Amino acid sequence: MNYSQFLNMFPEASLMVVLLITFIADFCSSKNSDRQWFNPLVCLLMLAHICFNIYPTEAAEAFGGMYTTGPAAGVLKTILALGTLIVLVQAKEWLSRKDTAFKEGEFYMLIISTLLGMNMMVSANHFLLFFLGLEMASVPMACLVAFDKYRHHSAEAGAKFVLTATFSSGVMIYGISLLYAACGTLYFEDMANVITASPLTIAGMVFFFSGLGFKISLVPFHFWTADSYQGAPTTVTGYLSVVSKGAAAFTLCAILMKVFQPMVEYWTVLLYIVIVLSITIANLFAIRQSDLKRFMAFSSISQAGYIMLAVVGNSAMSVTALTYYVLIYVVANLSVFAIISSIEEHNNGTVQMDSYNGLYKTNPRLAFLMTLALFSLGGIPPFAGMFSKFFVFMAAVQGADIHTTLGGWAYGVVFIALVNTVLSLYYYLLIVKAMFIKHSDNPLPTFQSAFSTKLALAICTVGIVAFGVCSFVFDWISVAANA
Amino acid sequence: MNLSIFVIVPLLMLLGLWLARNDKQVRGVMVAGASVLLALSIYLVFAFLEARETMPADQAPMLFTYPCVPWFEPLHINYSLGVDGISVVMILLTSIIVFTGTFASWQMEPMKKEYFLWFTLLSIGVYGFFISIDMFTMFMFYEVALIPMYLLIGVWGSGAKEYSAMKLTLMLMGGSALLIIGILGIYFYSGAQTFEILDIAHHTNGAHAIPESVQNVFFPLLFIGFGILGALFPFHTWSPDGHASAPTAVSMLHAGVLMKLGGYGCFRIAMFLLPAATHGFWIKVFLVLTTISIVYGALSACVQTDLKYINAYSSVSHCGMVLFALCMMTETAATGAILQMLSHGLMTALFFAVIGMIYHQAGTRDVRYLGGLMKIIPFLSVGYAVAGLANLGLPGFSGFVAEMTIFVGSFQNADTFHRVCTIIACTSIVVTAVYILRCVGKILYQKVPNPKLEKLHDATWDERIAVAGLIACVAGLGMFPLWAEKIIMDAVGPIFSVIM
Repeated sequence: MNYSQFLNMFPEASLMVVLLITFIADFCSSKNSDRQWFNPLVCLLMLAHICFNIYPTEAAEAFGGMYTTGPAAGVLKTILALGTLIVLVQAKEWLSRKDTAFKEGEFYMLIISTLLGMNMMVSANHFLLFFLGLEMASVPMACLVAFDKYRHHSAEAGAKFVLTATFSSGVMIYGISLLYAACGTLYFEDMANVITASPLTIAGMVFFFSGLGFKISLVPFHFWTADSYQGAPTTVTGYLSVVSKGAAAFTLCAILMKVFQPMVEYWTVLLYIVIVLSITIANLFAIRQSDLKRFMAFSSISQAGYIMLAVVGNSAMSVTALTYYVLIYVVANLSVFAIISSIEEHNNGTVQMDSYNGLYKTNPRLAFLMTLALFSLGGIPPFAGMFSKFFVFMAAVQGADIHTTLGGWAYGVVFIALVNTVLSLYYYLLIVKAMFIKHSDNPLPTFQSAFSTKLALAICTVGIVAFGVCSFVFDWISVAANA
Repeated sequence: MNLSIFVIVPLLMLLGLWLARNDKQVRGVMVAGASVLLALSIYLVFAFLEARETMPADQAPMLFTYPCVPWFEPLHINYSLGVDGISVVMILLTSIIVFTGTFASWQMEPMKKEYFLWFTLLSIGVYGFFISIDMFTMFMFYEVALIPMYLLIGVWGSGAKEYSAMKLTLMLMGGSALLIIGILGIYFYSGAQTFEILDIAHHTNGAHAIPESVQNVFFPLLFIGFGILGALFPFHTWSPDGHASAPTAVSMLHAGVLMKLGGYGCFRIAMFLLPAATHGFWIKVFLVLTTISIVYGALSACVQTDLKYINAYSSVSHCGMVLFALCMMTETAATGAILQMLSHGLMTALFFAVIGMIYHQAGTRDVRYLGGLMKIIPFLSVGYAVAGLANLGLPGFSGFVAEMTIFVGSFQNADTFHRVCTIIACTSIVVTAVYILRCVGKILYQKVPNPKLEKLHDATWDERIAVAGLIACVAGLGMFPLWAEKIIMDAVGPIFSVIM
């Protein structure tokens, strides 16, 4: 065996090192002592990991082609690591609480192993490795969701997550077995050569699609989302809503474009239906929520619809737009969750929208940052969200001919998505309205967030403001995706 | 001159406002910034005129094009700037309104600092929109101008402010949803691989590169998208509520400048880049709709009792005239449309300024509870009378010049359909006189209905600056319209050579 091929798995290897050091540090220190150094240590390790991987890797493979990596996948892995870093930083305030402090190390290890699983999933070139990666990302995630296990909601959310995750995995592996029956191989490239549209392969593709649909929480596979997001600890919800979703969306995009290229007219129709449903239904439900975490759950379902919109274009531009969207979504959504979490800590654990009334009067900075993040999510310039949305729409209609049915529908779906941005702006503005316009008799008292929360918010806000206007971020992704 | 300065100065103002510690510094920053912007715009007009002298009339429709900076290179998005005659007068208009608006909101309470921050952000959007010639950049600035409105109306407004703010924001964002589709359609079908307006227009001799059937799909999307901001019937309903609830300076800027973005966009993007569609079916539909806007707006204004609602419906009518003139498709009418944009911007700002000041004093805007103001607050009353007279098109004020040009241009179309529309639209002149004179008579000259009104104070010095400045502009444009007409015709010509 040629051991040098492990060098091609550099992102995974360096992540493994981070995991091991974290484990040793946790193992060697007393859990009863005040471990102030622990969180900075893990964050620095993660930062080092990002720095080592910021330059896109060359295309390479390992294990006889089961594992492949390329610049596009490399960039996405870096973005996922960045998201994880932000989550780690903002987790400090919550983790230093008495009931969680003793299991701080477990949290870090679980979160890093899910990231490792996602990296595997993104780089898979074989359905079995892909499935392994997916499971490796899912199982520790269930532990994370149930992390506050003595809180009723968290345990319930964990149970719901496990049940739906196993169910979707089951459906997916059934789909994969059908595809194996039709093609006789599970290597992506070999499959692409032999696959043709037949009832068997279409059924396989649909089952496979629904399995990943659960992970991305697209309608109609979204039923677990609201409950799990509400019950999970807020930091975990943030992680679940961006990093896990981004990895799954990228993988789905890559597999659809790589393996199912000969069946493009089938999956495009599938995507049209799922996208329109996801965006519209999630937006309609979001309007009625009063619990902010449930609200963000529906918001994230509709954002997932926008992410998938990029795939419709079926070109290198799609990969660029999708990756860019994921990056912007990571910073904007994590910013919102950092604020929700910070307010939750200072408000006896309530996340009701009413408690945000008059927030600008008492905590102007927090309210202002929240507004920026919400505007970015709603697609308002000059914040990054508008750029990412525009590029996704551009990718979706690229090459579409309005005279053909499919091309006409591409414009139609983009139109529906655009009408939905207005709807989504309405509910994002509801929060802005609560903070700036509504008056409250007993508003939240003025408080100082912990340094770690401030740091996480600063990173996110820099991202929201700079990643759009400064085009080099987009260029970085574009170069990688077109390589 | 580098046009980016019109974005950089407001950005510096934002920085200054952010650093300002007290009200005095906030006002200082605003006055300094607004004065610099006004001076720059006046300089731009003169520089433009001078540069125009030296080149033949049919050449170079755009001037001062700043070498375009590639922005998102893989997508061919550039940050490219340029102005022609239309943008120059619009920039001047914006500077005048921002300057007078600053003085009109001198006593804004509470949260003066935040108010001016959003106000300046709004002006960045407007300036950016007028100076950019890349559709993406233009669209970005367009949306930058929309969103501060929500907070400006929602926090500092009056009446049903939350409802109005939400309605306005959502309707305008709905318009920009249509715009994105239209812009993407033009980008992908033009074959020019660019968002730059001039390159698309001149690529293979105008937009013939885009098949007519495709043009007919995207033209209505773009025209309605911009038309929503230009108060095109039946998408105008945000405008009366929004203007009535907004604080004074925001009404001024919004009715005065922001609504003009609609007409400007219809002309510069929808008509210029999709010329084949302007000879088709949709332009006739829009002509009918704009005729309805004009008459409906004027008639609605007749039955309102709130001064701001009267002026808001009057704005619907007058902005309808802008789009109406554009749909007439003659060069004279289009020149009139741009003149009307300028003139309406000035006079409606004057109107809203005076109404806001009266409201601030009297605590009511209801026509039924006001009267005899001419004796009590003569300065504001004269301002109101001047605004009214300009609005109904009295010769000597800007309204007359603009409306005259529009109707003359409209009558150049010889067929029955256009003639009938023109005649119907002309009736609005009479209706306008009815509601203006009724209002002026009631609130300025009749008996004082409430003894409390006797105690009103006339305008303070900051309010006087705003009102006097605007009166000077309205009268100035009315008496010396030729320079503006010259600059505008200069720009309309090259665009029409592509459209016709």
